[in-house]
Amino acid sequence: MSSPNLDVRDVARLARIELTDEEATTFQAQLGRVLEYVEQLGALDVSQVEPTAHANPVFNVFREDVPQPGLDRKVVLANAPHSANNLVVVTKVIE
Amino acid sequence: MSNITDLTISELQAGFRRGDFTPADAVRALEARIANVDSSIGAYLSRDFDTALAAAEKADISLPLGGVPIGIKDAINVLGESCTCSSKMLTGYKSPYDATVIGKLRAAGAIPFGRLNMDEFAMGSSTENSAYQITRNPWDTSRIPGGSSGGSAASVAAREAFATLGSDTGGSIRQPAALCGVVGLKPSYGRVSRYGLVAFASSLDQIGPIARTTRDCAGILNAIAGKDPHDSTSLDLPAEDFTSQLGRDLKGVKIGIPREYFVDGMDKRVREKVEAAIRQCENLGAELVEVSLPHTSYAVGVYYIIATAEASANLARFDGVRYGHRAQNPRDLLDHYMRSREEGFGSEVKRRIILGTYVLSSGYYDAYYLRAQKVRTLIRQDFANAFEKVDALICPTSPDLAFKIGERTDDPLRMYLADIFTIATNLAGICGISVPCGLIEEEGKPLPVGLQFLGKAMDESRLLGIADAFERSQEKTYPSIA
Repeated sequence: MSSPNLDVRDVARLARIELTDEEATTFQAQLGRVLEYVEQLGALDVSQVEPTAHANPVFNVFREDVPQPGLDRKVVLANAPHSANNLVVVTKVIE
Repeated sequence: MSNITDLTISELQAGFRRGDFTPADAVRALEARIANVDSSIGAYLSRDFDTALAAAEKADISLPLGGVPIGIKDAINVLGESCTCSSKMLTGYKSPYDATVIGKLRAAGAIPFGRLNMDEFAMGSSTENSAYQITRNPWDTSRIPGGSSGGSAASVAAREAFATLGSDTGGSIRQPAALCGVVGLKPSYGRVSRYGLVAFASSLDQIGPIARTTRDCAGILNAIAGKDPHDSTSLDLPAEDFTSQLGRDLKGVKIGIPREYFVDGMDKRVREKVEAAIRQCENLGAELVEVSLPHTSYAVGVYYIIATAEASANLARFDGVRYGHRAQNPRDLLDHYMRSREEGFGSEVKRRIILGTYVLSSGYYDAYYLRAQKVRTLIRQDFANAFEKVDALICPTSPDLAFKIGERTDDPLRMYLADIFTIATNLAGICGISVPCGLIEEEGKPLPVGLQFLGKAMDESRLLGIADAFERSQEKTYPSIA
């Protein structure tokens, strides 16, 4: 297992979270300790072990491809931070 | 007659049938009790008395949970009500639909009532991570109620709810139930639909009941269990009455004592109470067997990789576009995302998203995430081996008593280690229940200790039977609240 070299600011940017300087300093130290703790997993030989993604391995759960009623547009748009003309208004993407 | 709000669900329903009082009386009694005590407990974020009363007046008491008000953790959607997950990210959000468990509760005649406080997005073990309010332990209001379903457990202990729904990703039903002296059940993964539960870690999350008795938990599980086309991980199993094994003793039952769950570092007094409870199970007829779950010490590490990885993906949906908080006057789309999430999420949520993003990122995926998934396999195998020898496992729910508010907030790792006895259950997908097993005097106040039984996946009926047998051998006590 590699030693922790977490750059909190860099990862926060990947996660699309702005951090204050104070948060960056605190998280860097706190998460460093958490990563040190999980280093213990490196002590186990797992070369012959299959990973578990789910407690009940179920695959390809399909249903018939028939239209189902969706949520009411008005109800859904009521939760949008900004809407107009029955649409969600988003921040400008193209200049 | 004692106060209506002191009753168990079974007693409440008996009262309805005898005509001693009506469901509307029950809702009024709850409202009065909440008005009386919730200013010192802080379990409820909100509640809609009028809607509950209207439902109570139409309630059909012949249904399995007819006329029974049930409190709801703020992570579960109830049509038309707020659902904030105790986060500023979702201030003002109104659920456009009922979660499947809510539809099922309504079909069983129950009345969903109130939004219960929690750690933000269920991330925490003390309910101190709520963006809105602190919830206090009814046994000692200077202490935490546990978490993340702290409001769900504290309200039941304070008799300002008959029973509630919580959710359990790493102990979030069982640990607060233990610290508040009530009963909390985490069903097996796939037993209950997660549709309408705001997702934290999808391979671990499960909804379950918190109540004053095991019997009440079994009755609620009867209502909420089952396959749901809206949750592909819910399992299609034969119908089952989860109360079928209640009322028995423990003769012929083999209970395993996992030696790794009795380690140095836990509160000695908690250990003594749990050891006394184990002897009590023997007195009730159980055969005790020592077993080993050799990978137990890795569970917390595995959990905080897998749960944060899944959370980092699940919480990507909070982008300030379709719902949730949106930052004012963003410079561009990136700034919109970065500031909306900065402003909407609290510290613990940010910490976990960052950790989860890191363990999934290129170059670290194999070392952290993949390795954790492999160790998860070993933890599952530990339980599978143990359940070849025994019907259930017995252990503490939490290594400590309820701690003081503020005591651990600066030390996330220490907070994470408090989940050491509950986390492996979720990784393995098995079921677990916490029942009270006594009180310990601390600073002049009695504090409850929780005893945990673990059962193999889909073995809830037997697990509930065992917990019920133990519970009936114990004296029931509730905190006195001024």
